[in-house]
Amino acid sequence: MSPIQKRDFMKILVCISNVPDTTTKVTFTDNNTKFNTAGVQFIINPYDELALTRALEITEKQGGSVTAITVGLTDTEPSIRKALAIGAQDAVRINAEPTDAYFVAEQIAAYAKTENYDLILTGRESIDHNGGLVCGLLGEMLGIPSVNVITSIEVENGSATMERDIDGGKEKLTCKLPLVASAQKELTEPRIPNMRGIMAARTKPLKVVEPAASSATSATVAFELPAAKGGVKLIAAEQAEQLIEILHNEIKVI
Amino acid sequence: MSTSTSKEQFHQSNKPDQYNHPDYYLMDELLTEEHKMIRSTVRDYVKKELSPIIEDVAQKAVFPYHIVKQLGDLGCFGPQLPIEYGCGGMDYITYGIMMMELERCDSGVRSTASVQGSLVMYPIYKFGSEEQKKKYLPKLAKGEWLGCFGLTEPNHGSNPAGMTTNFRDAGDGKHVILNGAKMWISNSPFADVAVVWAKNEQGIIKGIIVERGMEGFTTPETHNKWSLRASATGELVFNDVKVPVENIMPGVEGLKGPLTCLNSARYGISWGALGSAMDCYDTALRYSKERVQFGKPIAGFQLQQKKLAEMLTEITKAQLLTWRLGVLMNEGRATPAQISMAKRNNVDMALNVARNARQMLGGMGITGEYPIMRHMMNLESVVTYEGTHDIHLLITGMDITGENAFQ
Repeated sequence: MSPIQKRDFMKILVCISNVPDTTTKVTFTDNNTKFNTAGVQFIINPYDELALTRALEITEKQGGSVTAITVGLTDTEPSIRKALAIGAQDAVRINAEPTDAYFVAEQIAAYAKTENYDLILTGRESIDHNGGLVCGLLGEMLGIPSVNVITSIEVENGSATMERDIDGGKEKLTCKLPLVASAQKELTEPRIPNMRGIMAARTKPLKVVEPAASSATSATVAFELPAAKGGVKLIAAEQAEQLIEILHNEIKVI
Repeated sequence: MSTSTSKEQFHQSNKPDQYNHPDYYLMDELLTEEHKMIRSTVRDYVKKELSPIIEDVAQKAVFPYHIVKQLGDLGCFGPQLPIEYGCGGMDYITYGIMMMELERCDSGVRSTASVQGSLVMYPIYKFGSEEQKKKYLPKLAKGEWLGCFGLTEPNHGSNPAGMTTNFRDAGDGKHVILNGAKMWISNSPFADVAVVWAKNEQGIIKGIIVERGMEGFTTPETHNKWSLRASATGELVFNDVKVPVENIMPGVEGLKGPLTCLNSARYGISWGALGSAMDCYDTALRYSKERVQFGKPIAGFQLQQKKLAEMLTEITKAQLLTWRLGVLMNEGRATPAQISMAKRNNVDMALNVARNARQMLGGMGITGEYPIMRHMMNLESVVTYEGTHDIHLLITGMDITGENAFQ
């Protein structure tokens, strides 16, 4: 990363994950080691969409550029194209299967190293594996501060002012740029692309980069679905004895 | 007539819109990534801005004027017209998908967009002078202006050739004098611009662009509709309206003008009706899995399964028909009779789906808690306007036999 520059023109990188739609019915294949993608709709990870929108708001206000980056094979291009339709100026796809958070962070870091971004934004976590690791890993790999789960960010004179939710209150912190931060739900409202954006996305540059050398650090042994939720039994308030009886004899918790 | 509505003035339903379109034959594979992106864009917009208020809007029969600007920003007005006039420059399938997603929410909302895109912008683009295109299209595309289309008259519905609205030379070389009345005009009470079809002194039909504010031009609203309550309908009344001659569209004369526009709009309706059918099916399917009677979800009973299976079969057939028509439209090969067939089939199909879905929901299907009865009532207009169900049958009949059975 470049030394801190005092300027308002922001060069921002937004990390995009391609995740199953929130209504997806999750099933597995290959002996429960792979997520079954058949018939599944993929979307931009909702937290990443917030990061992207906030990045656009910042650059629209004070000038700058927003690049969207994803680690994924060609099937992730609709999501990255949508990031362009929403407003990113250009996009990068690292042509590799995103096996785990470490691999993803490594690939993004390898690309970001040479590009001197002032700010890197990610979602707080991807809604498929919910790791929430990429932001912190990127900070370490690039040797810059990382701030997790921010609910607001303003950028001025080479530093960022951010807010985070903490137990029972809010934390407000400032940090010199460059830095990497991850977006929490409250960061902003997602932006729906319009027709002009979708048209413009046709001709915006989408660079495909081959992955940097890496060795696998983890492998999936098996996935498992949570046990199906049982039905709800309603017991009238005046029959408290019956409730105690059930809790004691059937469920054996008291 | 308020043009300053907002989402906040309507009751916001907190019931999540869980709509998901059925795709039994993997039709999504026939769409491009861009088509799918556009579909999700319009669907996201509908779920965020329209679904929470549509029931209240329809119950109160207030036109939510603020959506005109939103639809313009989104690009729903004339998406298939060229970029140089501020339009989308997209293909006909894109246009269809947008109409489908809007009508999935409400036929009235789709009607507003259909009229603007196909019946106002399209004729101006197709038959207007360069000056007319430059003056009207960008503002209509953005939703800064709302337009309406005047063809049907109190005494001339299925037989538009009999129209009596007429114009004559004002004698000053600069104006014509327009007289007559049009009826059942979507958007009319709020329209800034009306594309009006009227006969000249030789009895030849021409298209004239009439603007709000011209003396003698009024747009009384039609009240107490049991259908399309989320869109405004009215009349256009011309009482010696002085219209500049440059407002006459130079590019067409005769019934071909309005009929060309109707082809474009009917094409959009065929997609739109499919949207409302899918919403009814989707609602009924979800309800049937949740509603328990005799100890199990009603989805487990044969009579309900018959309804669902038949609905999905009809929807799937219509999806294929409509997609194919879209491809023909893109290639410039779709015939008016093919468009008639799709409009007639899909609206009729949607009405039947709505009626069966309504039955599955029992009493709940009657209330505004669910969209089905609203769709059903809306579709009674859709099956009537832009060529009635019967008239489209005669178009097909004439096309295949060569015999005119209209008169």
